Amino acid sequence: MRLVILDDYDLASEWAAKYIRNRIVQFKPTADRYFTLGLPTGSTPLGCYRKLIEYHKNGDLSFKFVKTFNMDEYVGLPRDHPESYHSYMWNNFFKHIDIEPQNTHILDGNASDLQAECAAFEQQITAAGGIELFVGGIGPDGHIAFNEPGSSLVSRTRVKTLAKDTIVANARFFGNDLSKVPTMTLTVGVGTVMDAREVMILITGAHKAFALYKAIEEGVNHMWTVSAFQQHPRTIFVCDEDATLELRVKTVKYFKGLMHVHNQLVEPMLSVKDYID
Amino acid sequence: MPSNKSVSDAPITQFVNCRILKDHKLQWEDLWVREGKILNPEKLFFDEEGFADHKVDCEDKIIAPGFIDVQINGGYGIDFSQASSDIRGGVALVAKKILEHGVTSFCPTLVTSPSDIYHKVIPELRVQDGGPEGAGVLGIHLEGPFISEEKRGAHPPKFLRTFKAGGLADLMEIYGHLDNVAMVTLAPELANSAAAIHELSGRGIAVSLGHSMADLSQAEEAVQHGAKFITHLFNAMLPFHHRDPGIVGLLTSDRVPPGRTVYYGMIADGIHTHPAALRIAHRAHPAGLVLVTDAVMAMGLPPGRHTLGQQQIDIQGLHAYLTGLRHLLSAFSHVFIHSFLISGTTTLSGSIATMDMCVRHFREASGCTVEAALEAASLHPAQMLGISHRKGTLEYGTDADFVVLDDTLTVRETYIAGQQVWRK
Repeated sequence: MRLVILDDYDLASEWAAKYIRNRIVQFKPTADRYFTLGLPTGSTPLGCYRKLIEYHKNGDLSFKFVKTFNMDEYVGLPRDHPESYHSYMWNNFFKHIDIEPQNTHILDGNASDLQAECAAFEQQITAAGGIELFVGGIGPDGHIAFNEPGSSLVSRTRVKTLAKDTIVANARFFGNDLSKVPTMTLTVGVGTVMDAREVMILITGAHKAFALYKAIEEGVNHMWTVSAFQQHPRTIFVCDEDATLELRVKTVKYFKGLMHVHNQLVEPMLSVKDYID
Repeated sequence: MPSNKSVSDAPITQFVNCRILKDHKLQWEDLWVREGKILNPEKLFFDEEGFADHKVDCEDKIIAPGFIDVQINGGYGIDFSQASSDIRGGVALVAKKILEHGVTSFCPTLVTSPSDIYHKVIPELRVQDGGPEGAGVLGIHLEGPFISEEKRGAHPPKFLRTFKAGGLADLMEIYGHLDNVAMVTLAPELANSAAAIHELSGRGIAVSLGHSMADLSQAEEAVQHGAKFITHLFNAMLPFHHRDPGIVGLLTSDRVPPGRTVYYGMIADGIHTHPAALRIAHRAHPAGLVLVTDAVMAMGLPPGRHTLGQQQIDIQGLHAYLTGLRHLLSAFSHVFIHSFLISGTTTLSGSIATMDMCVRHFREASGCTVEAALEAASLHPAQMLGISHRKGTLEYGTDADFVVLDDTLTVRETYIAGQQVWRK
């Protein structure tokens, strides 16, 4: 893996956004060859989305030939509810960029047949040629997407019931009324994300530090599902100082020492302007 | 490829680089319009997989809902209370001109007039949608004749009336028709007014209290019977007294039925109300403040002699002169920049300030936020008339009547049903 450590949240968000930008621009996507991007929700990626929007508004990055696949969505929540992941993606990303609606894919938590919806999502990913870069986050309990502790490390897109901890943590978005928090979600599986050609995990904040430690310094374990990525050929963990608080000093020093190598991935910053004929 | 056409083929316009008045705040958001209504872009994106056909760059300006003027007696030489030979042409002229002030809907107002005027004029002032020809007519505002003699203001005394029984018969006898009527101003202390208020409110006509000597309890009773507006607060009513607040006391009355709001019109032209009084009203009851122009036919006109209803007034330059007399009323001359007098009196009689001037003046005088000033001219009148589900806001699904303003709150462009109907 690559462990990229930046000083703070803003710098980590920026590094991640630069990386995504360079990957898309370098790929030179066209109508015949889309760049497929997996995307997360939550508070961690907000800074990264803001930077990507900035690059788009400056004319350096276009999403015209990018297809996106989100990781998850609540079951039973109306699509236009302000806390649905559809609303999140619209307000925080899609409405500010030039992505075409039919190129976005978010699981439909109100489908009449949820299992069929999950199977269809997997098929859409296959039909799109697989995911080029899957961006994700990590939960305090080490989960990726909604693959709660105990989820199979080879799982596929499916319906998951949320753990009590997660429901309580989410209550703040639903007026602190536990009865209003959705209890089920549709989520990509660990296996689904493992199939991506490259995976980038964003981890910021001290409350994620223990999960990061379990994910990269201990063994592969279905109780900390992000640990599965130790067996992926191309994974980057992008984090801030606070997220490294539970790691060994030796680990942190080693990877900080490699920053000059990591930075070659984001410098120079590429732009679509360079490629317009 | 605007959409998968699952809902509509019609073209979609997206206004970008603008701040729109939404949820009571100015927000950097795009405004989407289709088929004359404000469109929900998220629904368009996910349900229809659609996007805009054309984008309009607003260059960082403000977009607010179109202004609604519920008290305007005429303008540009047109007096709505006159039964001219071309009543509809007259309304159309005013409707077209007020687009320049950001007004997209209005209530042509008739002052106290003889019965035959009402019978002739009311059927000609039809409710109609706005468009490139002019602002929409929401309905007529009948200011009188059931008002108080002492507080008649500019209204001619010989045409004032009282209720015999207050029922439909009285109203029809005087007015002739009630279709096309959106509002009636009356004095609730008149006997049998309760029956009239019931009758009118029951027909969806907004009853407003004004030109009245009512005390607070009479006013509260009127509100309980259905009255919901006060015509030009402070003017033509008893002044506020700390033991007898009068109609003004409705702003903080504890006897307004729950769930109802009493709205009040304010002529924020710098003359009809002292800025300190404007501030007192605004601070006491900000949610109820409705800006009105009470504009008279002279609004927009050059100097000369004019009529207001059944009376005669003179304007010279920006000042008022008494008809037939040579001297200016010096005590008041310095303030009548935008107003004038009735011949032989010192009574104010309507203003010639425009709605956008009122919005700017209200903001300066009260120190309120831009949002509050804009809502006083759009959201509040729409709420008062019970039409805020389609006018007065930029909510999804409402009529796309809006104004583009710069930071000085000067109107730069006016749109009705998503179509540009005026630009500076």
